[in-house]
Amino acid sequence: MSVVALKGSGKRGSNRQALEPRFLGYVLVAPALLLIVVVAIVPLVQGFWFSLKHYHLDDPAATHFVGLANYQYLFSQDPFFWPDIRFTLTFTAATVILETVLGLVFALVLHKSFPGRGLMRAAMLVPWAIPTVISARMWSWMWNDQEGVINGVLQRLHIINTPIVWLAEPSTSVPAIIITDVWKTTPFMALLILAGLQTIPDDLYEAARIDGATGVQAFLHVTLPLLRPALLVALIFRTLAAFQVFDVIYAMTSGATGTESIAIYNYKTWNELNIGYSSAISVVIFLCILGISALYMFALGRQASSQR
Amino acid sequence: MSTTISGQSYAVPVAQVRARSTGGQTLRRIGFWALVVILMIFCLFPFYWAIVSSLKGDLELFQTPPTLFPHSPTLQNYNDVLFNRPFPHNVWNSIVVSTVNTLLSLLVGTFCGYALARIRFRGRSLVLGFILAVVTFPTISIINPLFVEMRNFGWINTYQGLIGPYLVFSLPFSVWLLTTFFRDLPREVEEASLVDGCTHIQTMFLVMIPLATPAMVTIGLLNFISSWNELIYALTFTVDDSVRTVPAAIIYFNGQYSVPWGSIMAASVLVTVPLIALVLVFQGRIVAGLTAGSVKG
Repeated sequence: MSVVALKGSGKRGSNRQALEPRFLGYVLVAPALLLIVVVAIVPLVQGFWFSLKHYHLDDPAATHFVGLANYQYLFSQDPFFWPDIRFTLTFTAATVILETVLGLVFALVLHKSFPGRGLMRAAMLVPWAIPTVISARMWSWMWNDQEGVINGVLQRLHIINTPIVWLAEPSTSVPAIIITDVWKTTPFMALLILAGLQTIPDDLYEAARIDGATGVQAFLHVTLPLLRPALLVALIFRTLAAFQVFDVIYAMTSGATGTESIAIYNYKTWNELNIGYSSAISVVIFLCILGISALYMFALGRQASSQR
Repeated sequence: MSTTISGQSYAVPVAQVRARSTGGQTLRRIGFWALVVILMIFCLFPFYWAIVSSLKGDLELFQTPPTLFPHSPTLQNYNDVLFNRPFPHNVWNSIVVSTVNTLLSLLVGTFCGYALARIRFRGRSLVLGFILAVVTFPTISIINPLFVEMRNFGWINTYQGLIGPYLVFSLPFSVWLLTTFFRDLPREVEEASLVDGCTHIQTMFLVMIPLATPAMVTIGLLNFISSWNELIYALTFTVDDSVRTVPAAIIYFNGQYSVPWGSIMAASVLVTVPLIALVLVFQGRIVAGLTAGSVKG
């Protein structure tokens, strides 16, 4: 370590060092920025442009500008769009609520120190570690009507008499898909909430206890308010991801029987090479995501200002 | 009973103290442990069931009611997956794509993250805001233009045709986490290095990046797992098994007359066991990495 501390040589420094940092900053940031713009932003703009055209990849010569016609058809005449949106919103609401509540339960349990806690945390990471497609297939096998273990157990317990064909009817496939997604994603929520729980100092609970608060009261008046920022962040991520759900549904039902999410519809129209129309759906999804993000940012902003 | 906190006297009702003892407490203990057991079964049963199913021959697999433990275990499903199907090649494809994507994101992302966290330059907060916004970018929204582009480059069904699009989510994510990490490093180490006469570049290579190695391992792991896991782009940009990755391969697993559940479960176990082992070995890091953005950022 040098004995003589050159005044201001750390941040401001000599002329040579004053130029270097800023230039270095641009150089270091440029590759990442360039790649992101090329891989994400340019296609995004292109997508907007495609959505205003009639553009089929199996007849590219017939491509022509149609303005908002794709959107018009999408909103007023497409028989799949609104049911898909409805299903996507139902799925999003159900999974986010269930995963937040269950995640909270998991987090509260893990927050206590008890023998075997490490084992429990390891067990919780298993659903997270398994790729979504694989867990969807695993659960599909469990939901199978003839040989599935869920029907097997339900029948053995005499809760049902004839096997339920879970994945064939909307009334049963929707809950089945939701349960599968809850299994897969709750650990992630639990971890985020646990991190938030761990930032709450113990003295507050002490003080509450001495003031005579019961466990429930302490939870409502100490835990929940202080957990709100972490909960909001977890909710943002989960809601955005749930709205774009694809993997778990595609691997279980391919989006059939009333379980088609808007992302699956987007994929299917791409698969038909109807690029223009599919791009319009993509734009709608993008705007919805933007809207949901904006809502949450607003909520986060109010949360932050109310704490000052 | 009374107790004092900072000079003031608090009277704690005796009844409340009593309620915390014996009877109520044992009941709560049992309830707690019951909950722990239920939660653990909930987490582990599907995986257990996949393993059990993968070891059952066709006869036992399609038996109703299903047996909780294989009566006559067999390795025929694993045989099928490993030798009669291109599955091992699918695994290799996943390894290649995930590894290259991870390394590329780390390389580019570390430099970017360091600059965003530590170097003051004009437009820095703009770039940071931009990166944060792209983290929430809906990846499905660009499959059409990306597909058209990849087609024009002749990159459909190639490794680069998958690695490129994967950068859409791995790069912003890596930059974001690395920026958070570098921001939290103590300034003294960096300042000491600069005071000692090192240039910024030397400081970066000799001091900051070595310090960032644990974070890079964590972020690399998270990236690797999410690349491995990815389905939509894998379905979009690959056409046959020469480049197809594991998730897409699982979708296309088919049998002659019916769904080959035994083989699907065997393939699932083969892929899942190393992943679970990886996650369990690194679970401390992974948990820290997943929560770093939410609590600090």
